Amino acid sequence: MKKVYLDNAATTQVAKEVVEVMQPYFLEKYGNASCLHSWGQEARDAVEQSRKVIAEKINAEPEEIIFTGGGSESNNLAIKGTAFQLKDKGNHIITSEFEHPAVLNICKALGKKGFEVTYVAIDKNGFVNLEQLKNSITNKTVLVSIMHANNEIGTIQNINEIGNICKENNIVFHTDAVQSFAKVPIDVKKENITLASFSAHKLHGPKGIGALYIKKATKLKKQIDGGHQEFNQRSGTENVPGIIGFAKAVEVITEKNIENITEFRNYLINELLKIKGTALNGSQDNRLCNNVSISFKNVEGESILLSLDDKGVAVTTSSACTSSKLESSHVLKAIGLKSEDAHGTIRFTLSKYTTKEELDYTIESVRGIIKKLRGISPLK
Amino acid sequence: MSFKYSDEVLKRFRNPVNAGKIENPGGVGVVGNRNCGDVMHLYLKVENNVIKDVKFETLGCAAALAFSDLLCDIAKNKTIEQALKITKDELVKELGGVPAPKLHCSLLAVDALHKAIEDFQKKK
Ligand SMILES: Cc1ncc(COP(=O)(O)O)c(C=O)c1O
Ligand code: FES
Repeated sequence: MKKVYLDNAATTQVAKEVVEVMQPYFLEKYGNASCLHSWGQEARDAVEQSRKVIAEKINAEPEEIIFTGGGSESNNLAIKGTAFQLKDKGNHIITSEFEHPAVLNICKALGKKGFEVTYVAIDKNGFVNLEQLKNSITNKTVLVSIMHANNEIGTIQNINEIGNICKENNIVFHTDAVQSFAKVPIDVKKENITLASFSAHKLHGPKGIGALYIKKATKLKKQIDGGHQEFNQRSGTENVPGIIGFAKAVEVITEKNIENITEFRNYLINELLKIKGTALNGSQDNRLCNNVSISFKNVEGESILLSLDDKGVAVTTSSACTSSKLESSHVLKAIGLKSEDAHGTIRFTLSKYTTKEELDYTIESVRGIIKKLRGISPLK
Repeated sequence: MSFKYSDEVLKRFRNPVNAGKIENPGGVGVVGNRNCGDVMHLYLKVENNVIKDVKFETLGCAAALAFSDLLCDIAKNKTIEQALKITKDELVKELGGVPAPKLHCSLLAVDALHKAIEDFQKKK
């Protein structure tokens, strides 16, 4: 059977080049990067070279990058680390209604520990309401955490403007850039970003490795106590193969890749919207190159997902971590989608390995499935 | 997904045999609420107090579709009294169980049957 993987916002195939550069760090160069002998130094050099690669990608200094166990951990260190570090200065945090659970649940937990959290609204096109954000700032506000690109609908936030607002008010600005990294340019200096979270497995790197950009002189309350690794910000022996693989993944993505994916994305959007009773969620401008979120009227998302899976096509109903719950997605709710439309929403996410032929097969399959499911639906 | 459907659920979901409408039905049961995602219409044809045919139209998850289809098979050729005794547990068992969050989908099917019978008795 044909196999088409269109769930690249959940995770991606690891690039061959990435696996190749990682392998020696399991079999031969397996030293602990904290050791003084040549094994250790070999690993250390490779880690520092990788740090440089990540730093250059976002116009940061290498010592402003620390490696973590992924996007969720980076978010925890950024948000809890700031909140507890600055709790004598203030207890107010601003975030948005449509953050990833890896941010929302941290804020919820802080809410139970004496912090006040404001969840800024999202407009119908999928963008954070900047006026409300500005008006929410008080003299107790210590942190603003707004994602760069949304994982369900792909909309890219104006982080430049948010960075400016935070700078003017002397507030730490954290952005969860897990979905956007290496797809949308980031310049931490120009955009006044204090903290930014990244994860390798969304860009053809390995799972369980990520990074946090920490602007020079920013203090965070350490979340994992232990040894002095990663500038004493994150204890634990470095995941050397993961770090090497992460850097390679960043290096091999080209602008041409992004252009091609964007073109394919637009093709998929246009073709799917030709099916009656469909709508694109989130603006098509300022949208991740690989995200297509479509609502199909009078069909249930899960039925579409399973039918597509029968045809070998992998998609998702909302973000992977929430699809076993029955409530409709908080992101779609935040952009004002009626819950009946939210229930009929499918996310297709492309990668540089996606082909035109795969998309045509998917479009054909979707057409047939929607016809069949609407055929047995009481609402037409 | 963090749960799995049984083969029985998937089989019914893929190839429902009772999907459709009945012309001039003796009773119709409409349940569900589009807000929570699922809507089901059940159509009955009754002769001499026996359910001769049952068809469904369902907008819902795979479990809802499978339960709809199964319910039709079970209700067919039963008397009204017998049909009223069909329970959701019976449906769940027949499909080899469903993940806990999907248990309510079986209730949807049983409710639709009760509504359809009510409608039939009113029309009589
Ligand atoms: C926006 C966003 N933030 C954070 C994460 C979590 O990253 P990780 O899986 O590396 O912990 C994800 C991916 O699931 C994501 O999409
Ligand atoms: S009928 Fe509600 S989730 Fe299946």
